[in-house]
Amino acid sequence: MSSPNRLRVAQIVFAKDLRIERRSKVLTSQIMPFAVVTLVLFAFALDGDVILQRTAPGLVWLAMLFSSMIIVQRSFAVETADGALDALRVAGADMSAVFLGKWLALVVQLLLLELVLLVGAVVMYGIELRGSGIVLLVTSSISATCGLSAVSTIYAGLASGVRGRESLLPLLVLPVASPVLIGATRAAEASFGTGGTVTSEGWPWLGVLSVFAVVFGFGGSLAFGPLIDD
Amino acid sequence: MDFHAEIGESPAVALQDAVALISDFPALAGLDLTVARGEIIMLTGPNGAGKTTLLRVCAGLTPLARGNGQVMGADIATGREEVRRRVGMVAHSNGLYDELTVRENLEFWGALIGAGDDEVRQAMSMMGLDGRLATVPVRGLSAGQRRRTAFAILVVRRAGLWLLDEPHAGLDSNARDEVDEILKHAASSGATVMLSSHEHDRAQKLATREVRLAGGVVVGDGQ
Repeated sequence: MSSPNRLRVAQIVFAKDLRIERRSKVLTSQIMPFAVVTLVLFAFALDGDVILQRTAPGLVWLAMLFSSMIIVQRSFAVETADGALDALRVAGADMSAVFLGKWLALVVQLLLLELVLLVGAVVMYGIELRGSGIVLLVTSSISATCGLSAVSTIYAGLASGVRGRESLLPLLVLPVASPVLIGATRAAEASFGTGGTVTSEGWPWLGVLSVFAVVFGFGGSLAFGPLIDD
Repeated sequence: MDFHAEIGESPAVALQDAVALISDFPALAGLDLTVARGEIIMLTGPNGAGKTTLLRVCAGLTPLARGNGQVMGADIATGREEVRRRVGMVAHSNGLYDELTVRENLEFWGALIGAGDDEVRQAMSMMGLDGRLATVPVRGLSAGQRRRTAFAILVVRRAGLWLLDEPHAGLDSNARDEVDEILKHAASSGATVMLSSHEHDRAQKLATREVRLAGGVVVGDGQ
């Protein structure tokens, strides 16, 4: 019996997390409706087509950020509910691979959520996607999601053994994730051409988002094990 | 069943002057203990005696502040990862995923160490989890069946040292007897079992040795 390598362990954890999500349907039956309701409430609060179209990218990413907190909590609740996280430690599982698997599973779930939110924004806020902005929108959304997921996975792991983690996690993650909110919003504005912006104005923000994702992805894979252990 | 037989004849546990701190409180206060392979050790003692901490030290989860020790032939200070690969712990929780079936849980834990279908099937059969139970989501199991699934994971992982914190807690009388049978079978197959309990009567029936703790040290040690 030979121990699997890091990538294989990450793949096993990734598949397990998505299988649990497919069974529990928390994303589709609870979080997506919550996110859509949030978009609707924003529309009620900012009643007016012009304001909504101007602020749509920010509103989408705010809804995304709030909804992501629930997904992240859920991702670690399955690990702590019956002591599986401790069991992973005792089993000598490579925790950087566990981080990688959970991170990627979270990216997949958040990308699905983002798709729903973007469609919701197009339908409810009347924003129009320009052909020249599609590549920027897709790449910046993926980069932002990778960064947000990495930060969330690190802090959710850190908070998993703490009482009151449900309220602690947003307090830890939201300030650190603010560059993602700013960068993703600016890139989305450039993609949509909101407020007279042009697509080229969004590319530098894609750079910021990519650097953020790489730094927290790499840092997380190094720090996750020691953070969980201590 | 091969429970890390390649480790040789070194004691399952050898602790000397072990001190472990929980929030600056010495939960273990200079404890000495040697456990031979294949023993069933029952740790008894009042709450706060250090039973859980001793199990966590042996699992490589709580570090020693002073003293030294070897678990399954590996040093617990310098070879923590090696220790963890050779031991298995079932505490008050079972380490299971509720949404997954019994088989999927075992396959997950097996895959993490490279165990194949044969090992999973063998463990399920040994714990009486084959047949209809294999496809039941864990959330639908009784407390006794959940505990059996947790033990099956230890078998899949070939854990040479089973560290069990109150394994009878929350189980009815039949399930408790079932647990005892499983532990005897595991020990006869080559595993070493260390468990904590408040029940002296059960200790006398099950264990090959009872170690009594108080104040973080051994105060009684008898066959």
